[in-house]
Amino acid sequence: MTNRTLTFREAINEAMRLEMRRDPTVILMGEDVAGGADLEHVEGKGEEAWGGVMGVSAGLVQEFGRGRVLDTPISESAFIGAATASAATGLRPIAELMFIDFFGVCMDQLHNQAAKLRYMFGGKANVPMVIRSMIGAGFNAAAQHSTSHYSIFTHLPGLKVVVPSSPYDAKGLLITAIRDDDPVVFFEHKLLYDMEGEVPEESYTIPLGEADVKREGSDATIVAIARMVHLALQAAEQLAEEGIEVEVVDPRSLSPLDADTIVNSIKKTHRLIVVDEDNPRCSMATDLTALGTTQAFGFMDAPPQMITAPHCPVPFSTPLEQAYLPSVADIVDAVKLVV
Amino acid sequence: MAEYSKEQLLWMYERMRTIRDFEDRVSELFAQGKLAGFVHLYAGEEAMAVGVCSQLTDDDYITSTHRGHGHCIAKGVDVKEMMAELYGKATGSCKGKGGSMHIADVDKGMMGANGIVGAGGPLACGSGLTAKALGKDDVTVCFFGDGASEQGTMHESMNLASIWNLPVVFLCENNGFAESTPVEYHASVKDIADRATAYNIPGLSVDGTDIFAVAEAVGEAVERARRGEGPSLIECKGFRYYGHFEGDAVAYYTDEMREDFRERDPLKKFRQNVLERGLVAQEELDAVDEKVEKLIDEAVEFAEESPMPDPEELTTDVYVSYG
Repeated sequence: MTNRTLTFREAINEAMRLEMRRDPTVILMGEDVAGGADLEHVEGKGEEAWGGVMGVSAGLVQEFGRGRVLDTPISESAFIGAATASAATGLRPIAELMFIDFFGVCMDQLHNQAAKLRYMFGGKANVPMVIRSMIGAGFNAAAQHSTSHYSIFTHLPGLKVVVPSSPYDAKGLLITAIRDDDPVVFFEHKLLYDMEGEVPEESYTIPLGEADVKREGSDATIVAIARMVHLALQAAEQLAEEGIEVEVVDPRSLSPLDADTIVNSIKKTHRLIVVDEDNPRCSMATDLTALGTTQAFGFMDAPPQMITAPHCPVPFSTPLEQAYLPSVADIVDAVKLVV
Repeated sequence: MAEYSKEQLLWMYERMRTIRDFEDRVSELFAQGKLAGFVHLYAGEEAMAVGVCSQLTDDDYITSTHRGHGHCIAKGVDVKEMMAELYGKATGSCKGKGGSMHIADVDKGMMGANGIVGAGGPLACGSGLTAKALGKDDVTVCFFGDGASEQGTMHESMNLASIWNLPVVFLCENNGFAESTPVEYHASVKDIADRATAYNIPGLSVDGTDIFAVAEAVGEAVERARRGEGPSLIECKGFRYYGHFEGDAVAYYTDEMREDFRERDPLKKFRQNVLERGLVAQEELDAVDEKVEKLIDEAVEFAEESPMPDPEELTTDVYVSYG
């Protein structure tokens, strides 16, 4: 495999491009996914015109045309529902719900339709769709464009939930999600878009439900999600200087969840710290902590620790937003508390 | 008026009669405590579903509502499997997992009854999009009620179908009441079809108790959609005999209204029409009545004799594959 460096954004773009080349039933829809690109009045500036609000779908409309890269009106219910039924009738749509905070304007189509159709119909329908959506604070985007509410979707039977933390994982997991026969919600942390990493040029898949041990260690297990993986790795570096070796586990997909890898790591290190950018109540943090305590309680030498955002909306002002976000120092402190 | 063959006329009558008898029987069974859950009956609206489906092929799609039995029967879903589904049996259309509000048969183009009012609009855009993207000439009819016409999803969907030029016919079944709230109270317009103007699509309001009026209007809209000329909105005005759901005492109906319903009964109208025009003989209609009565008896027998689902089935069919 030929490796070169891509950004997280480019890796996602490449995954969509390769799958759209491979399978003519794969289409992309969402607000501004084509945008001004390829329109007459911006001729000559096509590459600069939108292609997604963060440029993730740049160049796709030029290659695949407006028949397969569909701008939608700002009607999330209509296009998420359209994606759902187009999936049930023969397409493999990727629908971009720009920010996950917008789930409130289309949740019925996600949780009552996409997630439940197959079950309600006694298994007589498949819904092979992907919802791509941005998560994450740290952009001064305030309360309605910054949350990390993947836990809400993990709660729902019928949906799969993927949260990659690196360009390599993003490409492989998105290709898997597009080929998957169930609805997959694929979360992209907006502060990771510019992150670079080695990504093979070829197409490859990473199975859903397989966690990745990003760093091995023997003294404590940190389970971290999305951008928090990188904070955990930084904390691990600092702790290593003090002789504390932590293991960092990235679940990569929250539903299905690779419980075995997490539980086995706890059994090895005897300590669990969960780092989650989401709000704390009924969250992945509580869910993973419950997993550890119910399945590895006898192996634990200390109470599990949860490092999360507080129980409040995401604020706008920089010092408030920084206080909202878990930090490397928070992680270091939590590990030291239990080691 | 379009001319129909005797075969087509008898098909229309048989489907309408099947819906009526199915719903009357379901009402009895529910009152006897044999059926559980929420049941919303379609009796009175037969000319709408059958008029619409008389213009569709097996490859066309429909989306439905909580009042979906009529749509299922009109589109050709197996009546025995439907009855078994209402009984929660393993042999039901959805293996007992859906019940009355989620009966579906995607293979027959029936994309599911739906417990969420107005949810079918976005779904209809989806099957419409599939047809357009794959270059097929399939059409989707989106059934929705007057109550659903006030949901944002319907407005979003009609706009989306218009700008994407999708082969969708939005078919509003205006039975006069959203649950118990009169349409005059909940709708901003006298004719819901007038809203088509806002989406730049054709809109037409027809008598939903007259199957020929429904079929003619829908036939034109379907042909238009097949030609790639985009969506339409057709409103069928009619009534339902039963309440919003079984158990609703329908205190909002007056004796005068009930008398008016009986006068406008779509099956009665159909019989009068075809007999007066000499298109079908009385005996032929009576033979359909007998055939349908037998079918419904068989459906109940099939449902009652079928096994309940195995509890092992509880967690199957959630995903195609998981973990």
